[in-house]
Amino acid sequence: MSVTRRTLLSAGAAIGTLLVVRPSYAEAGDLPSAIKAFTNGAPVQRGRVKLDIAPLVENGNTVPITVHVTSPMSATDHVLAITVLNEKNPQRDVITCRLGPRSGRADISARIRLATSQQLVAIAQMSDGSFWSDTVDVIVTLAACIETP
Amino acid sequence: MRRWWLALCVVASVGAASDTRRSGFEFMTPETQAIQRDDAQNPAMLWVQEGAAAWERKAGTAARACIDCHGAAPTSMKGVATRYPAFDAATRRPITLGQRINACVVDRQHAAALVPESQELLALESFVAMQSRGLPIAPPEDPRLAPFRERGEKLYRQRVGQLDLSCAQCHDERAGGRLAGATIPQAHPTGYPIYRLEWQGLGSLQRRLRGCISGVRAEPFSYGAVELTELELYLARRATGMKIETPAVRP
Amino acid sequence: MARALITMPKTAKRGEIVEIRTLIAHPMETGYRAGDDGQLVPRDLIRRFSCRYDGELVFSAELFPAVAANPYITFCTLATASGTLQFSWEGDRGFSQTENVVLTVT
Repeated sequence: MSVTRRTLLSAGAAIGTLLVVRPSYAEAGDLPSAIKAFTNGAPVQRGRVKLDIAPLVENGNTVPITVHVTSPMSATDHVLAITVLNEKNPQRDVITCRLGPRSGRADISARIRLATSQQLVAIAQMSDGSFWSDTVDVIVTLAACIETP
Repeated sequence: MRRWWLALCVVASVGAASDTRRSGFEFMTPETQAIQRDDAQNPAMLWVQEGAAAWERKAGTAARACIDCHGAAPTSMKGVATRYPAFDAATRRPITLGQRINACVVDRQHAAALVPESQELLALESFVAMQSRGLPIAPPEDPRLAPFRERGEKLYRQRVGQLDLSCAQCHDERAGGRLAGATIPQAHPTGYPIYRLEWQGLGSLQRRLRGCISGVRAEPFSYGAVELTELELYLARRATGMKIETPAVRP
Repeated sequence: MARALITMPKTAKRGEIVEIRTLIAHPMETGYRAGDDGQLVPRDLIRRFSCRYDGELVFSAELFPAVAANPYITFCTLATASGTLQFSWEGDRGFSQTENVVLTVT
C-alpha cells in the first residue's frame, strides 16, 4: 500500500469517527454510571427486589416486565422509587416510578423495548436511604423481516 | 348395532386428531399470549374502544350513526366477521369486512370514504370483528366467489419476488420451523385486525399480506387490490372452522 | 383526544390494596428510528404519568424511549376513602391526557 493511500485511509477513519452522531442526551453512558447516578453514589445491595421478565424475548419492541419490592409500605418504611435501567439500548433509563405509603404494595409492571440481548437492572430506593436491586440477563431474538410500517 | 357405534367413534376421533391446523396464537411465547388474553392489557382494545365510540357517532350528511340502523353491535354484528370476504353484488367482486364498512360509510352515512388502513377504519373493523370472537370462521358457500377463491389459491402457491418464494413454501411446508429468530406460523387469519408487535400498532390482513410480499422482495399489491381479497378468500376457506380471536396480538 | 383504557375495581373496602392497570395510545417515537426517507423520525414521547387520589399524588412515573408504544403501566394504591382518581399523561408536542375514575370505598 502506498504512503498516500495509507495516509488517506487513516485520515478518513479519523474523520469518520469525528462525524459519528452523538446523541445529545446525557444518558448514553454505561450501566454502572447510570446506577451510580440514580443512587448518588450510595451502595446498592442485591435483594428485596424481583425483576420479572421472560428470559427469551421474541420481539424486543414490546417486552412485559414486572418489578416487585418486598416492603411493608408503611409510613415509616416504604419504597420511595423504583427505576429500571438497561445495558445496551441507546440510553440507559427505561422507567422511574415514585411510590409511597399510599401505594399499599410495591408492585409495578410495564412493557418496554429492548434493542438486543442484554442485562436489565431494577433498583428500589427505600425511605431509610438504602438501595436494593435485582439483575436479569435477557436474550432478545430479532425479527426476520424489517418491514416499512 | 354396536359395530356401527364403534365405527362412528373411530371416525370421529380420527377426524378430530387429523386437524393439524393451529392458530398463530399457539406459536407465540406465553408472555405474548398473555397480552392477547387480557383485554386490560391488549393494546388493540384501544382501537376497539375507539370503534365502539365511532359506532354511536353520527356522521356524514345523513347524520346517521351505525347504531341507528344496526342497533347494539354485540347483537347485530355477531357472526358477521366469520362470513367475510363476501360477494358484493354492486361491484360484482368479493369485498373484505373493512371494505364493507367503508361502503356503508359512503352509501348510508353519506360521508367521505375512510382511507384504507386508516386508524378510523381499523377501529371500526376491529370493533365489528370482535363481536365474532370465539365463533368459527364460516366463509359463505357462494358459487360466485369460486373463481376469485381459485385465483387466490393460485396466488398462494405462486413463487414471487427476488427470493422466489410462495406463501405455501413457508406456511404449508415449513410452518413450525424458524425464519431467523421467528417461528413460522401456519398463516390462518384468525385474529384480524391484529396488534402486531413488529408494527407497534394495529393492522389489517391486507397490511400483513403486503408485508410478507415485500419480505420476499416482490412488489406488493395496493390496498384494495382484488388480488389481496382473493388471497383473503382462499385463506378464509383454508381456515374454515377455526375460531376468531379478534383482536389478536402477534409478534 | 388519545384513547386511554383504565382497568380497576369500581368499589373497594377501606384499607384494601387496589390494583390499577392503565393503557394509553401513543407511538412513543424514540427519535432513534429512521423513516422511509432515511431521516431520523423526531422524538415524540409521553414523558410523565401520574395518578392523583382526591388531589394527592399517589403514583407517578417518568417514561423514557425504552417504554414500548401504547404504554401499559400498572401499580397499586390503598383504598382510603371514596373519591376520584385522576390519571394524567404528559409528553412532547404538548401532549396531555387526563382520565377520571370514581372509586367507592366502603
